[in-house]
Amino acid sequence: MIRVVIPYHLRNLARVEGEVEIEVPPPITLHRVLDALEARYPVLRGTLRDHGTLKRRPFIRFFACKEDLSLDSPDTPLPQAIASGGEPLLVVGAMAGG
Amino acid sequence: MSRIRLLVGTKKGAFILSADGTRKQWEVSGPHFAGWEMYHLKGSPLNPNRIYASQTSGWFGQLIQRSDDGGKTWEAVGNEFAYQGLVGTHKWYDGTQHPWEFKRVWHLEPSLTDPETVYAGAEDAALFKSTDGGKTWAELSGLRSAKGHLWQPGAGGMGLHTILLDPTRPDRIYVAISAAGVFRSDDAGQTWKPINRGLKSPYELPDPDAEVGHCVHRIALHPSRPDVLFMQKHWDIMRSDNAGDSWNEVSGNLPSDFGFPIDVHAHEPNTTYVVPIKSDSEHFPPDGKLRVYRSRTGGHEWEPLTHGLPQQDCYVNILRDAMAVDSLEPCGVYFGTTGGQVYGSADGGDSWMPIVRDLPAVLSVEAQTLP
Repeated sequence: MIRVVIPYHLRNLARVEGEVEIEVPPPITLHRVLDALEARYPVLRGTLRDHGTLKRRPFIRFFACKEDLSLDSPDTPLPQAIASGGEPLLVVGAMAGG
Repeated sequence: MSRIRLLVGTKKGAFILSADGTRKQWEVSGPHFAGWEMYHLKGSPLNPNRIYASQTSGWFGQLIQRSDDGGKTWEAVGNEFAYQGLVGTHKWYDGTQHPWEFKRVWHLEPSLTDPETVYAGAEDAALFKSTDGGKTWAELSGLRSAKGHLWQPGAGGMGLHTILLDPTRPDRIYVAISAAGVFRSDDAGQTWKPINRGLKSPYELPDPDAEVGHCVHRIALHPSRPDVLFMQKHWDIMRSDNAGDSWNEVSGNLPSDFGFPIDVHAHEPNTTYVVPIKSDSEHFPPDGKLRVYRSRTGGHEWEPLTHGLPQQDCYVNILRDAMAVDSLEPCGVYFGTTGGQVYGSADGGDSWMPIVRDLPAVLSVEAQTLP
């Protein structure tokens, strides 16, 4: 199981609490995790990446294992700790505090 | 007894305000979609419990929500707004050309004849239509052929903010765009023509009489007389008596003819409301006095309506979609402010009371008169 943490507003939108666990067939890439996430929660389509191009929305970031993966190719295999379910993939709204 | 339901969109959620026909005691429901920008909510005139809502965020993009029980529960419907054909470019702030990019839905206009059909006005300016209750959307792209390359964003963006459906001619649609102007279709949205003759924008455009490019803030009509249009332009209150073919200024004795909303009394087609704002540089009421102005003569002669409104130290703004009327007798008039107040009048504007005082900045107000 892949563990994913999505931002507060998207948890409300998807009507979930806490982490989301989703089944993703290997290879485990960001692209495939997001595909599975959107298949399970269709309301998230368009909120993380563009409908047509599947490009990441500008204010969305992807963190994992203390690394920022946002600028990596979405087809790059995710770290083993994510693939094994040891660590969650963090979907983060870009910081905009005061 | 009839009831009134106000659909209020704010910078941080939606609120539903309800009252009986006396319009004295109000119940507040919300926030719905707390933390999201709720640009606009509007109910179907055929089925008032069918409400469409535009939910948007700089982080997470655009969603459309739909309720079939008057706003008690909601379902996210389609949010894919794709420009049709060659996307092309429009004029940017600096005069260069800039690609069209979808940002958000400013306004939702349910059909007068089919509760499953609804129109969406988008930024960057385009008109979308759904015929399946919001599940899927298709652009009426002929609009952008009406000299779209010369349209330019206003300070708030290049939004299609007003959609008026003619109740007597099912194929006639008017839209208004900042800063492009007013456009009319007489074939259900397939083809469009600019209808801006008579508008003058000497401080905003190199050619003050240009065919497109005018910063129209809002247009309104009365359903019994749909060829008569009223407009709050960036500056100037304008009126057309020929479905927009030509416009004449009717600002008359207003203290400022800058402002955002304009609306028409439910039972008096010649009675019009505006809220003067000091200027495009200072977006608050002149002299710190919040005054609605009413013309009973279709323009030119305006009277201030102040009873119950703050007459000192008031520096809020009233945005273009934040005024509405109900259809009770006497007519109710409502508006929301960027300070989070929603004011209501149950007597056509003669007196006002705050319905709520401390909401987030109000983006839109719609009134539903329920049986």
